[in-house]
Amino acid sequence: MMPLPRLDRLGVAFLIITIGAAALAPILALVVPHDSAFAMPPYVVALLGKYMCYAILAVALDLVWGYCGILSLGHSAFFALGGYAMGMYLMRQIGARGVYANPVLPDFMVFLNWKELPVAWWGFHSFAYASLMVMLVPGLLAFAFGWFAFRSRVTGVYLSIITQAMTYALKLAFFRNDFGFGGNNGLTDFKDILGFNVQSDATRAALFSLSALALALSYLISRAIVVSKYGKAVIAIRDAESRVRFLGYRVENYKLFIFVVSAVMAGVAGALYVPQVGIINPSEFDPGNSIEAVIWVAVGGRGTLVGAALGAVAVNFAKTYFTGVFPEYWLYALGGLFVLVTLFLPKGLIGLLNLRRPARPTPPTPTPTPSLAQQEEGAR
Amino acid sequence: MSDETKPELTSSLLYLDGVSVSFDGYKALRGLSLALEPGEMRAIIGPNGAGKTTMMDVITGKTRPDEGEVYFEGRHDLTRLDEAEIAELGVGRKFQKPTVFENHTVNDNLLLAAKAPRSVFATLFGGAAAVERETIERILTTTRLTDQRGRLAGALSHGQKQWLEIGMLLAQDPKLLLVDEPVAGMTDAETAATAELLREIARNHSVVVVEHDMAFVRELGVKVTVLHEGSVLAEGSLDQVSADERVIEVYLGR
Repeated sequence: MMPLPRLDRLGVAFLIITIGAAALAPILALVVPHDSAFAMPPYVVALLGKYMCYAILAVALDLVWGYCGILSLGHSAFFALGGYAMGMYLMRQIGARGVYANPVLPDFMVFLNWKELPVAWWGFHSFAYASLMVMLVPGLLAFAFGWFAFRSRVTGVYLSIITQAMTYALKLAFFRNDFGFGGNNGLTDFKDILGFNVQSDATRAALFSLSALALALSYLISRAIVVSKYGKAVIAIRDAESRVRFLGYRVENYKLFIFVVSAVMAGVAGALYVPQVGIINPSEFDPGNSIEAVIWVAVGGRGTLVGAALGAVAVNFAKTYFTGVFPEYWLYALGGLFVLVTLFLPKGLIGLLNLRRPARPTPPTPTPTPSLAQQEEGAR
Repeated sequence: MSDETKPELTSSLLYLDGVSVSFDGYKALRGLSLALEPGEMRAIIGPNGAGKTTMMDVITGKTRPDEGEVYFEGRHDLTRLDEAEIAELGVGRKFQKPTVFENHTVNDNLLLAAKAPRSVFATLFGGAAAVERETIERILTTTRLTDQRGRLAGALSHGQKQWLEIGMLLAQDPKLLLVDEPVAGMTDAETAATAELLREIARNHSVVVVEHDMAFVRELGVKVTVLHEGSVLAEGSLDQVSADERVIEVYLGR
């Protein structure tokens, strides 16, 4: 197994916060009396749990975009596929408690007059099988997609466009009733997960903690990847791809690996998301969701991992606030935020932290992505 | 000249015969033939558009020739291999514009270049082996970059970047080095130092240098090939080719 990666101060702080939150949330939500100032109301637990899943998606996206230069606008597909795999498990758990009380077929299949469970749904009564599919399905899609795209040397904006086309095509497919995944209603009305009621406060707190731990783990894995020699080669590919080829590296394999890892991570994020929001439908495949995730990463600080997670939480917090107070202005605010960050904070929110630190004795770096460079330096 | 080079086919390190390349009807190379002996250093000169960079592209697998043969060590058909495979065979290339990894330190640039397993698995789980660290030390000394090892390559001066890139070539430990305009934009002192560095490298590597700078070519003191409109115009010592009527007309005379 890979040794633990060298962590910088920021990474240590990040792990303390995420693991601390995982440990603290159940206490604040369940043990502390509800009228206490420290009590966490259930809706806050659910909201923060959602943010954690978004943060995992952002870390996954930062891995491919920030470090390898692959601007994927199709990560919502991997997120949604992981979510559907979990949703299918939750649907099968409903069993005879559905409206039509069919012990095997979910309600929408009975409604469509289906007599047998489609092959794609086999095995999803088992949590282990569903968990495997949560990782395998996005991973395989990323592998097949990346295999062709990277081998044909599709890069830059062309790659972004076909990733977007991929998620859009999946969205259209999942919208169809005869595709077998609930059509435009998607999968919902979940009852329990591993025998626990998905609606209960305790389950919600546990799901939040799991999401926070998954975020910490995603960070650790990503960090180990980017500080390895492989990671250095990936950064080199981002900055001067053909030079790396002339050094004898198989660039397509390097891209394929990081793309698949990132897709699996996004799938896990989707799987943790679905039981917390209680629904998965084809709108999760929307290319707009992928673009929003790109904005989180840009706002937080591209190529920093911690920044990506921070950006996801910060932007979604703003979204929750804005859609509550001025719902019609949220998209303008989001667009404005993206423009402002691009113009004034090229290193993202995480760049603000570096401003306050005393200047290092090393000369300034005249490079377009110095935030990354400083990170890498800070790690030594 | 193909009749003269054919018998050398087996012994040549690099062998090009009748190579033609065209881009949208423009003939960048027309029937180019060239043979390089093991251990030889060769300078390639020629006016802009003579096909020097296209020739490099063909040798390194970036461009596929429309016709002609390209053999490495008499047995590897380079027209069938891609960039990574050709690099693995032992052909290293330095670009015209210095291309170093600006967001990596000098040390990491050399680490990425150093001869070592290139698979995803090997780089993911393996660190820098002792052999690689030794190679890096040696090259830092050769290229006079030891003091700069911890600096980001993007912060180096132009001349230092060129040396770092030559150092990266050395770290690859190739059998053949292709060096494209190594002294473009360098000061006189840097140019002289670069010539010395290349002569040092040529002691145990075969080198092809493409250059515009005549003073530099003279300083190298090696056999010269003059390219013109995609084929070889003349070959010999710099004094010989400078005396050639056709060379004077197309290139030196201007």
